[in-house]
Amino acid sequence: MSAVASPSALEDAVDHSSARLAVASQWQLVWWAFRQHRLAMAGLVVTAALYIIAIVPGFFAVNDPSQQNARAAFYPPQALHLIDTSEDGSWSVRPHIYPYVLKRDPTTLAAVYAQDRTRKVYLQMFGQGYEYSVLGLFNSTTHLFASGNARQPLFFFGADRLGRCVYSRIMVGTQISLSVGLVGVFLALSIGIVLGGISGYYGGKIDFAIQRVIELVLSLPTIPIWLAASAAVPQNWPATLNYFMITLILSLTGWAQLARVVRGRFLSLRTEEFVTAARLDGASEGRIIFRHMLPSFASHIIASISLAIPTMILAETSLSFLGLGLQPPTISWGVLLREAQNIRSIATAPWLFIPGAAVVIAVIALNFLGDGLRDASDPYNK
Amino acid sequence: MNTAERITNTEAVRGAVPPHASTARSGAAHAVVSVGAPLLQVRDLHTHFPIRNGLVKAVDGVSFNVERGKTLCVVGESGSGKSVTARSILQIVDEPGRIVSGSMMLHRADGSSVDLAKLDRRGREIRAVRGAEIAMIFQEPMSSLSPVHTVGNQIMEVLTLHLKMSKAQARERCIELLTQVEIPAPKLAVDRYTFEFSGGMRQRVMIAMALACKPSLLIADEPTTALDVTTQAEILTLIKNLQQSHGMAVMFITHDMGVVAEIADQVIVMHRGKVVETGPVDDIFHAPKDDYTRMLISSVTKLGRTADIRLKRAPIASATQPILQVSDLSMIFGNLKKGAVKAVDGVSLSVMPGESLGIVGESGSGKTTMGRCLLRVYQPHGGSIHYRRPDGSVVDIVTADKQTLKACHREIRMIFQDPVGSLNPRMTVAQIVGEPLLVNGLAKGKDLDNRVAELLQNVGLEPAWRERYPHAFSGGQRQRIGIARALALNPRIIVADEATSALDVSLRSQMLDLLLNLQDKLGLSFIFISHDIAVIRYFCDRVAVMYRGKIVETGETNQVCDAPQHAYTQALLSAIPQPDPRARGMHKRFRYTEKI
Repeated sequence: MSAVASPSALEDAVDHSSARLAVASQWQLVWWAFRQHRLAMAGLVVTAALYIIAIVPGFFAVNDPSQQNARAAFYPPQALHLIDTSEDGSWSVRPHIYPYVLKRDPTTLAAVYAQDRTRKVYLQMFGQGYEYSVLGLFNSTTHLFASGNARQPLFFFGADRLGRCVYSRIMVGTQISLSVGLVGVFLALSIGIVLGGISGYYGGKIDFAIQRVIELVLSLPTIPIWLAASAAVPQNWPATLNYFMITLILSLTGWAQLARVVRGRFLSLRTEEFVTAARLDGASEGRIIFRHMLPSFASHIIASISLAIPTMILAETSLSFLGLGLQPPTISWGVLLREAQNIRSIATAPWLFIPGAAVVIAVIALNFLGDGLRDASDPYNK
Repeated sequence: MNTAERITNTEAVRGAVPPHASTARSGAAHAVVSVGAPLLQVRDLHTHFPIRNGLVKAVDGVSFNVERGKTLCVVGESGSGKSVTARSILQIVDEPGRIVSGSMMLHRADGSSVDLAKLDRRGREIRAVRGAEIAMIFQEPMSSLSPVHTVGNQIMEVLTLHLKMSKAQARERCIELLTQVEIPAPKLAVDRYTFEFSGGMRQRVMIAMALACKPSLLIADEPTTALDVTTQAEILTLIKNLQQSHGMAVMFITHDMGVVAEIADQVIVMHRGKVVETGPVDDIFHAPKDDYTRMLISSVTKLGRTADIRLKRAPIASATQPILQVSDLSMIFGNLKKGAVKAVDGVSLSVMPGESLGIVGESGSGKTTMGRCLLRVYQPHGGSIHYRRPDGSVVDIVTADKQTLKACHREIRMIFQDPVGSLNPRMTVAQIVGEPLLVNGLAKGKDLDNRVAELLQNVGLEPAWRERYPHAFSGGQRQRIGIARALALNPRIIVADEATSALDVSLRSQMLDLLLNLQDKLGLSFIFISHDIAVIRYFCDRVAVMYRGKIVETGETNQVCDAPQHAYTQALLSAIPQPDPRARGMHKRFRYTEKI
C-alpha cells in the first residue's frame, strides 16, 4: 500500500527504538535479521566448519590419503568409543577403538574382518602423523587425531579397495570440492557483474546485445557442453592446470544467471531518486556505480553467490563422477565417488558412499545459508 | 501490494456467501435488538501488532457508532490507526496484527445482531458479512482487481456465485451497476479489461462491485487519495448519490480535511490509535474541543492563505532580469512515428531572482517531467532554458556542455517528493548531506564535518544525529535532510518536486515555513511543483497551471486562485473540497472537457 496507511506503525517503532538502531549500518541490520533465521545460522556454522577443513585438510586427516595398504583393503569403519572402562570397574573419558583383524575364509579365501575386543587403540589429540603441507606455506606433522599405536592405523569411515583411509580422503577432497565452488563462482561473478552492470547501467543497444548473448548461453544444454569441454582438455596436463580448466568450464555457463540478477538490480536502481540525486550532486559515473548503487545490491549478490556455490559443487561432483572432471590422483568428492561406481563396492563396502553424504551436507548448508542471506539482505523493505 | 493482500482485499469486496445466508440464527454471539439501534457499534476495540522490539498498539481502545444511512468520516494523520480500525471490522488486518479485545456489534435490519470481533477470521460467518453486508473499497483499485478478467466477468462472478443469478441476468445487472457508477457506455465497458481504464474508472468499477450485493455498510479506505482532484470530486459525488439512493451507511477513512468537510455527517478524529474527538461535522470544524483536532484544523486552514512570512516581504522589483527564462521547451517520450507522448509541449516561463513560481497540475500533466528537464535529468527535445549565472553571463542549459552543466547543477538544485526513496539508505546523514560538497571538492575532513553540522542546524535537525542512517528518521525529518542536501552547495534556484506531498498536513506548513525562512536568508528562487493548490497559494508568488504538457494559465497566485481565466483552471479550483462544512461546493463545480 502507499505511504499513507501501512508503514506508519513500523515508523513509530523505529522512532522509539534505541539509539543503537539509529546508527546501525546496512550490514549490522542484515546481521540482526540473519540471526533470527535459525536454519541459516546452522548453515553458517556448518559452512564455516567445512571451509576451515578446506583450508587445512591435512590437520583433520588421520592417514596419508594416498597411502595404500594391501592389508587393509575394504577395511570396515571403526566405531568410536568414548568411555573407557578398566578392569577394576572405574571409568574415564578416553576415546578409543577396537581394531579389526584380517582373516581369510578357509574355503572361499574371501577377506573377513573380525573385531578384536581385547585390544584397544587410543586416540591421541594433536598427535603426530604423516607430514602434510599447509597451503603450500609450511609443513606440519600435527593432526587433530592420531592413533596411539603407530602400527594400528585409524579408519573412521573404513578403507577403499586399495586400503586408503576414506575419512582422510574426504577431508582432503573438501579442499578441491569447496574451492571449485568458490573459484568458479568468483569467475562467474566477475563476468556477470561486468556484463550485467554494463547492460543495466547503459541500456539501449549494448543492453540488447548482451541480453541476446545471455539468452544464447542459457539456452545451451549445460551437461553436454561441460562434457565436450572437459573432453577437450588434454589428459596429460598437470593436475593444477586441469583443475583450473574445470572451474573455468563450470563458470562458463554460470555467469549468465548472475549477469541477469545484476542487470535487474541496476535497472531498478537507475530510476531510484537517490541515484538521480547523486547525479545532480555532481558525482561521477564511477562514483554513482560504486559508491551509491553497488552497496545497495551487494547483499543480494552475496546471497546469489551462496546459492550458486552448491550448483558448482554438484556440477564438479557430477563431472568427476563421470570420469570427465578431475582425474586421480587429485582428490575431490566426485573423484572419491567414482570408487562407488561398481556393484561390487556397493555390496561389499557401502561406506564408499560417505563422500556423497559430505556433498549433501555441504550443499544443504550452503542453501540454508543462502536462503537466510536472501531473506535478510534487504533490511529496509520489510 | 502482495498477492495475499490482494486476495483478502478481493474477498472483502466480493464477499463469499450470499447476503441472506442465514448464519445469524445460531451462535452465542447473537442477540435480538431493537431496530432503532445503530448499524454498527464498536466498543473498546484493541488491535495490536507484535513486532521485533515490542508491541504496536495500532488501535487502542476505540469506540464509535455507525448510524444507518449516514456517513461517518474517520480522519487522522498517517499512523493514527484509522485504516487498521476499518480492517479490524472485516477481520482483514495484515499479519501479524490481531484483534485483542473489544466488541463490534453489527445490528441487522431484521433485528438480529452479531459481534464481529468474536467470529473466526477464516470462518464462514465473517465471510457472509464481508462483501454482502459490509463491503470495502481501497485506495489503489488496481491491486484489488484482476488484470486478466474483464470487468464484467469480475462483477458477474459475484452475482452468479452469491446471488445465484443466471448468466444473462447477471450481465444485465452488471450493466445496470456500471450505469449506476456512471461509467460511460456500460454495454461496451462490461467486456473491457481493467488496465484499459483510468484510475478513477477503476475506482468506479470497485464501487460497482462493492454494491453488487447491496451492502448495508460501505467502508471506503482512502478511496480518492490516489486520484486527481477533479476525479476525486466525481467519486465523492458518486458515493454520496449512491448512498442516498441505496440508503446505506458509509464509513469513509481519509486524511484530507477538505474531503471530510464535504461529505461527512459524523466525524471521529483519531490520533495514535485513540479517538480524540467525536461529533457532528460542523462541531468538529467550528467548535473543536480537543487540542489535536484544533491543531489539525488550523494547519489545514493555514494553508490556502498567503503565508505570513510572504506578507511581510517587499515586492520583487519588476525591472530585474529573470534568473531563468524557459522558452518553448518540449520533451517527447517514445518514438515519434509510433505515437509518442508529448509530456512537455512548448512550455515557456520565467523565474525572477528571489521569486517562487508554482507549477500546478494533475497527474500526467507533465509537471514533474518539466521540472526534470530544467536540470536536464531528461534531455529536452526542443526549446531553450536560459539561465543567468551570478557573473551575468547567460547559458542555455539545453545545449550546455558537460562542464557547464555540472557548474549549473551546483546552482540549481532539486528537492524530491519521496523522502524515503531520495535518500540512500546505506549512507549516514552526514555522508548524504556532505556528498555534493565532497564530489565537487569543496570541503573535506574536519571542514566537511562542520559544514554538514551547520547545514543540519539550518534545517532544524540536531547536528549530533549526523552519524545516523535515514531509517532512524520520520518522514518530515527525512525531507529536512533532503533540503539540507539541496542547500549544501549554496544554490540560487531550487526545483522542489511535490516536496510536501508525502507529508502529513501538520508537517506540511512547517516544511513550507522552513523553506520560506531559508528563502529570506539565502535569497533563493523556487520552482515549486505541486498538485495541491492550497500549498501553492501559501508558498508561491506566481503560479503556472499545466494541463497535458501545456501551460494554460500563468499569473500572480492570488489572481489565478481567486479569478481564474482559463476554463481548466476554473474546473480544477472548483473541484477542490474546502475545509469548511458550511461551504460545501462540490455539486456546484465545473467540468472541463478539452475542445478537440
